[in-house]
Amino acid sequence: MGLEQFFLQNASAIGEATLEHIWLTLGAMALAIAIGVPLGIVSVRRPGLSRAILGGANVAETIPSLALFGFLLPLPWLGERADRIAVAALTLYALLPIIRNTATGILSIDPAVRESAKAMGMTPRQILFQVELPLSFPTLLAGVRIATVLTIGIATIAAAVGAGGLGEFIFRGLSMVDNRLILAGAIPAAALAIAADVILGTIERRLKPANR
Amino acid sequence: MSSHSESHSVVEFVHAGYCLPNGKRLLEDVHLEVREGETLILLGRSGAGKTTALKLINRLLEPSEGQVRVEGRSTLEWDAIALRRKIGYVIQETGLFPHFTVEKNISVVPKLEGWDAERIKARVNELLELVGLPAAQFRERYPHELSGGQRQRVGLARALAADPGILLMDEPFGELDPLTRAEVREEFLTLEKRIRKTIVLVTHDVAEALLLGTRIAVFDGGRVHGVYTPREFLDSDEPEIAAYRKQIRTREDLEGV
Repeated sequence: MGLEQFFLQNASAIGEATLEHIWLTLGAMALAIAIGVPLGIVSVRRPGLSRAILGGANVAETIPSLALFGFLLPLPWLGERADRIAVAALTLYALLPIIRNTATGILSIDPAVRESAKAMGMTPRQILFQVELPLSFPTLLAGVRIATVLTIGIATIAAAVGAGGLGEFIFRGLSMVDNRLILAGAIPAAALAIAADVILGTIERRLKPANR
Repeated sequence: MSSHSESHSVVEFVHAGYCLPNGKRLLEDVHLEVREGETLILLGRSGAGKTTALKLINRLLEPSEGQVRVEGRSTLEWDAIALRRKIGYVIQETGLFPHFTVEKNISVVPKLEGWDAERIKARVNELLELVGLPAAQFRERYPHELSGGQRQRVGLARALAADPGILLMDEPFGELDPLTRAEVREEFLTLEKRIRKTIVLVTHDVAEALLLGTRIAVFDGGRVHGVYTPREFLDSDEPEIAAYRKQIRTREDLEGV
């Protein structure tokens, strides 16, 4: 049976796994943004904490993904469901690029702009929301893009703890020594990563000229 | 109540000093008064403490010793936000918000002060006209679509937006090419008479100081060397002041060639 036919025959299963995969990625990205952006802001505001924050995120990044899924397994609540473990682990991986780019984006704002914002009598909160975040948004978005592509790739490993997604095909293909199964997971995962990269990249480029 | 002389000094440095957190001294025992409606020039070389002194007025910096008083109250007693909204601030790099149009840039402080949209719009038009930029043409532009001189004018309009009583200007014409510089400066001279504000202007350019200043405070090594009217400055036989005068003489000589 050719690859094409195999794909057609398993279209609904592949589609379902792709949706699961997207779902895991979106969940992780939403959490990573919700946690990473504030941490990035804090690391700029409190340079003393910056090391601890970036260091922590760095360490998370170095834990082998398979091991990280395993570490989370015995935790209460989190360990009860495979998709919770998967989303938590993926969130940890996605944090570093988001924290780093949020901080870089804010730090690269022209000091004269920040000074005049302050001199006009803007409160720190107004400076953050009206000046710093809008101006660092393209850089922040670049971080989200890197994190998303990374997460889509790592999410295939979530299947090892039974969280579903396209990794299911890959793991099954590996154990059955069936390349068609591996490709049924790998090709949609790669396509997802490319699509995310292109879409977020386009938004990023659209925003840049207005922000110069 | 306050004495006669006090009601006339809008800003007052009382033995004010400033040290960096690492202990480096930038300003020492500055005693200086800015009178209502005057343009006081802070003149000196780079590193003489002029900009530091300026930033003490709107509390971008806080004095390490002594006091800086605005309208009779120490800047530390003021709510920093309220103080800054009363004081316009123009800097060499303009600090315009790159993601805001000209109109939005000028509207920042009026918006913070809660003006309604109609009033803000009218004010923006009025200010753009005042600084010589046709509103219809410039309102919607972004800072990167403007020339250096135009940006500087927008920066001035923004500083004037909520009609502050005091205007602080740090080398406002410093980044412009000589021709634009002369032009914007001439315009400012006319404008200065129309807006009638208390202005503190930092410069290292003697000609500019003489042209724009009511009085000139000469800074040297973090201290105030002396305060002079332009007449006194030109007539002074102090060697330091004579050295400053040489700066313009040389230039006039050059321009004469």
